[in-house]
Amino acid sequence: MSAPRVTEDARWVRWTLTGTTLAFLALFVLLPTAAVFHEALSQGWRVFALALVDPDALSAVKLTLLTAAIAVPLNTAFGLAAAWCVTRFRFPGRNVLVTLIDLPFGVSPVISGMMIVLLFGTKGLLGPWLAAHGLRVVFAVPGIVIATVFVTFPFVAREIIPFLEAQGTEEEEAAHVLGASGWQLFLRVTLPNAKWPILYGVILCNARAMGEFGAVSVVSGHVRGVTNTIPLHVEILHGEYQFAAAFAVASLLVLLAGVTLVVKRAAEWKTHAALSATRAAMREQR
Amino acid sequence: MAMRRPSESVLPGFGLSMGITVAYLGLVVLIPLSTIFLRSSSLGWSGFWQVVTSPRALASYRLSFGASLLAAAANLVFGVLVAWVLVRYRFPLRSLADAVVDLPFALPTAVSGIALTAVYSRTGVLGGPLERLGLQVAFAPPGVLVALVFIGLPFVVRSVQPVLQELDREMEEAAAVLGATRWQTVRRVVVPEVVPAALTGFALAFARALGEYGSVVFISGNMPLRTEITPLLIMTKLEQFDYAGATALAAVMLVVSFVLLLALNRLQAWTRARAGMA
Repeated sequence: MSAPRVTEDARWVRWTLTGTTLAFLALFVLLPTAAVFHEALSQGWRVFALALVDPDALSAVKLTLLTAAIAVPLNTAFGLAAAWCVTRFRFPGRNVLVTLIDLPFGVSPVISGMMIVLLFGTKGLLGPWLAAHGLRVVFAVPGIVIATVFVTFPFVAREIIPFLEAQGTEEEEAAHVLGASGWQLFLRVTLPNAKWPILYGVILCNARAMGEFGAVSVVSGHVRGVTNTIPLHVEILHGEYQFAAAFAVASLLVLLAGVTLVVKRAAEWKTHAALSATRAAMREQR
Repeated sequence: MAMRRPSESVLPGFGLSMGITVAYLGLVVLIPLSTIFLRSSSLGWSGFWQVVTSPRALASYRLSFGASLLAAAANLVFGVLVAWVLVRYRFPLRSLADAVVDLPFALPTAVSGIALTAVYSRTGVLGGPLERLGLQVAFAPPGVLVALVFIGLPFVVRSVQPVLQELDREMEEAAAVLGATRWQTVRRVVVPEVVPAALTGFALAFARALGEYGSVVFISGNMPLRTEITPLLIMTKLEQFDYAGATALAAVMLVVSFVLLLALNRLQAWTRARAGMA
């Protein structure tokens, strides 16, 4: 141990603050998470397993996977286009555009779901047209997908924009001068450089898409086995006092959160390394 | 980076990327959002006023805005504390503690809701002892607060953490060498640097808490006039097909939260300018 530095806090301060932090995180965050598994297994492994292989649970899993499989690629493609547009060019209204991209974060999930109902519901703006063509959006699968797309809209764009901004355009300009076409330089230079931040955004987007509750709850109509996602299925079971089953299905989502955090860590670390490498290369050039 | 007009950038793809961005943004975000204001204006001014000032609506604002402010304030205190400890001290389990901070963000809100309810209800590990002390948490207003503190925690920590990491320790050393006590150093050197980031975290936590639905509905008990948050009241109106009423409340929430965030933004700009001058 080196001599205490003047910028170090007294030992009692360190111990008190660290103790408070650990106690707070353990009691406030870890305990509820652990409670999910405790409750899920409170009636034994059999009840736990039965809750997971129940046909309604399986159909909820399928719908959740389908929703994420549509929403995540759409928002990833958008995130890439938006990031390219706002980091590679300067134009009037650029700041407004960046702010608008974040807008869905400021909207309550319930209000997000309500917008879908106002647009596509039977009394909505497009309702009569949809009904005339025999299409159903609200209280059906398309509504759930659209609500999820809205709610997860900013996730990928938000992660890529700061990264591309910090990385600068030198490598791409070099590729351009050397004769690469737009797509070539995007596919061969930009994408490989940004793969970790992209993964980071995708994993956050996916976690939210699979876990979204409020917005989906408004548009789903809660038809068992048809328009229930995993979180909605959890709610129904909980409302029917089937607590062990509700927590068993919820534990799937906790595992998803765990995987999300692990991948997030790795992606964060790699992103940081990529940015430091860029900075070092830029310093060398000077 | 120098300011460039699109025509001056050598890189291609402006038209395509701009087209996709604007079209998708308009289709997915702007058009749907504008329908809320379109619909609520169909009520007429007096009808609108009647809906948004009904006793049940007023009670829900009190709870939603009050609990969200309190929760964001609690997150400010705990968030700065957690960030400080994670950045400055080395102790066992540090990286685990750092990862745990993100859990409320990664957990789906419905899961947080039922988990918190299990812990804080009368039969729960914490709810039982607290109730014997005379504090009912689940199915009472404190339950709403607990849920909102839980979901808001990562925002302040993750806003403050990078600032503390970048903070130049030499400034602190200089202050100490010049004879400042540790407490003076922290107050005069560290705090001014951290305040703007902490306010950003506060604003994010507040905005998130205000709109939160999933974690609150399970723990609050949803009693009108007592534990009913505004998003839940909107939900109730939607279930009764009272779309005009629901949109009126939604418009109020959107406008108020927008104004509050704008105010916080100004406050932040002001503190930043002050810190820069000092």
